[in-house]
Amino acid sequence: MSTAAQVFDPVYRPISIPARELLPWVIFAGLILLLVIYFVGAEQGATSLFSGMYIHEFVHDGRHLLGFPCH
Amino acid sequence: MVRTLLVRGMLVGILAGLLAFVFAEAFGEPQIDQAIHFETQMRLAAGEGPEPVLVSREVQRSVGLATAVVACGAALGGIFSLVFAFALGRVGPIRPRDLSVLLATAGFFSIALVPSLKYPANPPSVGRPETIAPRTALYFLMILVSIAILIAAVIIGRRLASRYGGWTAVLIAGMLFCAIIGGVEWLLPTVNEVPPQFPATVLWQFRLASLGTQLVLWATIGLSFGALTERDLAKQRNAAHSISL
Repeated sequence: MSTAAQVFDPVYRPISIPARELLPWVIFAGLILLLVIYFVGAEQGATSLFSGMYIHEFVHDGRHLLGFPCH
Repeated sequence: MVRTLLVRGMLVGILAGLLAFVFAEAFGEPQIDQAIHFETQMRLAAGEGPEPVLVSREVQRSVGLATAVVACGAALGGIFSLVFAFALGRVGPIRPRDLSVLLATAGFFSIALVPSLKYPANPPSVGRPETIAPRTALYFLMILVSIAILIAAVIIGRRLASRYGGWTAVLIAGMLFCAIIGGVEWLLPTVNEVPPQFPATVLWQFRLASLGTQLVLWATIGLSFGALTERDLAKQRNAAHSISL
């Protein structure tokens, strides 16, 4: 959908994605990705979904260097 | 469209994670080793044995570090791409490449730099295990607050821009951001659990390495996501143009 006016218009007008198309992605992908950050950053530290300390110890160095509170 | 952006964001995040891993390995690991050495010395001096080893140092500093940083990069890249998908076409006539770099700068500022001014990254042996819950809560609260204040400052800045022009608007919004963040960081409780004997240079260099790792992550995401999306959208516009001719 490109008109002559758009082609010769020097101002850049990017397309925008309708909120209705965006929302399911934000909810589902957003939740899963936040869960990944939780496992790297906080699992078996402040709170635990799994018992033990293996996840904590495995991502230990990354957790420290990415700035999450540890120990 | 959203799917393409999300996949691109996560792939770019994985690349960013790999580069950040190289940086962290070179500049962060020496400090972690020294901090662990300090911790062991302190335990021995207190008459305690060394901590039980669940995951060896070799695994922690190689596969473990890589997994953590790459997973975090992929997740941040994915979330970044969703924010980009929302912002595109909604924050004014900004080219995709420029928008990507602006958003990544905003991400580094509000998620890494600003929270670290109050709650900086700590090497091993800094931080008492019994305070991990409140420290984690304060850290995530600080991130949420700084994202919220940054968004508010951008909205206010855009309103001011039509009246006072871009330069003045950015200055006022920037000062407003600093003033409110300053107030919030002053009000939030201070956490200082650095043992008195902990070497200051190790602490300083560890915190620099932590900020550097996060800078590599955000810079790679912003620059490569922007370059790829700019090229992709230009191709789509050209294709649409040639069809309409």
